[in-house]
Amino acid sequence: MTAGLNLFEQQARNRRLTVAWMALFILFFAWLGFGGDLAIYLAAAARTEGQVPYRVPWLGVIVTTIAAITAWVSWRKGPQQVLWSTGAREVKAPQSLEEKQLVNVVEEMAVATGLPKPKVYVIDDPDPNAFATGRDPPSACIVATTGLLAILNREELQAVVAHEMGHVRNFDVRLMTLIAALVGVIVVLSNGMGRLLRGGGGRGLGLLGGKGRKASGPLLIAALVVFVLWVITLILAPFISRIMAMAVARDREYLADATGAELTRNPAALASALEKIETHEAPTTHIKEGAAHLCIADPLGRDVNLKEGRLADLLATHPPMAMRITRLKGMAFQQLKAAGQAPTA
Amino acid sequence: MGPILFLVVVVVLVLWVVGAYNGLIALKNQTVNAWKQIDVQLKRRHDLIPNLVNTVKGSMNFEKDTLDAVVSARSRAMQSGAGAGVKETAAAETALTGALGKLFVVMERYPDLKSSQNVRDLQEELSSTENKIAFARQFYNDIATGYNTKQQQFPTNLVAGIAKAEIAELWEIEDKAERAVPTVDLSLQKPQG
Repeated sequence: MTAGLNLFEQQARNRRLTVAWMALFILFFAWLGFGGDLAIYLAAAARTEGQVPYRVPWLGVIVTTIAAITAWVSWRKGPQQVLWSTGAREVKAPQSLEEKQLVNVVEEMAVATGLPKPKVYVIDDPDPNAFATGRDPPSACIVATTGLLAILNREELQAVVAHEMGHVRNFDVRLMTLIAALVGVIVVLSNGMGRLLRGGGGRGLGLLGGKGRKASGPLLIAALVVFVLWVITLILAPFISRIMAMAVARDREYLADATGAELTRNPAALASALEKIETHEAPTTHIKEGAAHLCIADPLGRDVNLKEGRLADLLATHPPMAMRITRLKGMAFQQLKAAGQAPTA
Repeated sequence: MGPILFLVVVVVLVLWVVGAYNGLIALKNQTVNAWKQIDVQLKRRHDLIPNLVNTVKGSMNFEKDTLDAVVSARSRAMQSGAGAGVKETAAAETALTGALGKLFVVMERYPDLKSSQNVRDLQEELSSTENKIAFARQFYNDIATGYNTKQQQFPTNLVAGIAKAEIAELWEIEDKAERAVPTVDLSLQKPQG
């Protein structure tokens, strides 16, 4: 029953995280929009000594609207976009024994979790990798590269699919799709605003203080402080949101490893699959940065994912492979011990 | 003050009974559904076996006993499948799993069979079905355990009688040799141990 409890806690945690991300996102855009308005308002107030011609916070309204629309679109279309950008094709009628095996293994894991069978996709890429995407279990998709199908045996493939199914069952796919959508919007808007600022820089500064010869002191200082804070947020937002997204993604990987092992009752197979994937270091050329955090192994082959430490903790999308394999082997050993068998397998 | 308090207590109690009752019914239906999922996979296995038998029968001097064992185990499993309890079904299906396992071991000795595309496809189909049976069983046992625990726990056990909740039988593997191989891997790899 502890397994059930863990799952429940896990899903509850993911729901909380989803809500927290939404809240942070809304706050961020409120600040980006209305903070800018506040700076302009204060500057105008400083210049005109109280008689402010600036009443409607246009910046805030426009930014919030754009953010809401883009977030909604990428939330709805996110999974399709990811699949499209990686060039994945859906396996409807399996052509080879390998594809047939992949479809079968996905069906097996759907049975094991009691969830509807996810759609199966294949990417023609020699580097072994896999990921899951979707908004919820019924819309979930599991994607594997042809390289993965080539190097893994049936048990190992099953283990990898079980890991992906773990992402689906724990509602990781929903959280990751949402975060990907939100981070995307933050990056786009912050770039756009930055460009706007640079383009109309003179005018913006002029509004703030250029003509303010007769401006009163405290209001102008307040306007400047708000403005500086606003610019700093604008510059740092993409980095901070990416770092947060990566922290969430890394956390999920250990959990999906554990869920996968729980589903197949075969942690050793996942350990050996990860070992095989790791020795094929070639980056997965078809998977772009936007989908990197979804994959079972970092498709970009970045060194930072191999280390543990403070910098790696900030920048890696995946926990170090060696740590994951060690943990799985530990689980396999526990399992053998519980079964009362000597660890010979 | 008194009557209001009394009313509040009654309402809370009734709400709790309704909630506990509905929870038990939901769990009961989940258990029934999980059992049906096993049934689907068992049926699929029964359907696949004649195909396999016909395909390998063609290769001459194939062990007749092994094939016969599979065929008879299948028919026994199909007979006990209709309306039988968990225990009978489990026993018959376990015997079938054992007979199939032997057949696949024997097939390893026939290189022309192993290289045949048709046999490979069938073998992949069957080994997948075997796995699905194992996973469906695992899922059923988890769900049924949850249902059993709920109806025995206090205070839900007070409602268990009203909801006509009965302890669901688990699909247990009795025989020791079976327990050692929880998922049978029938794919074309070197036999392990």
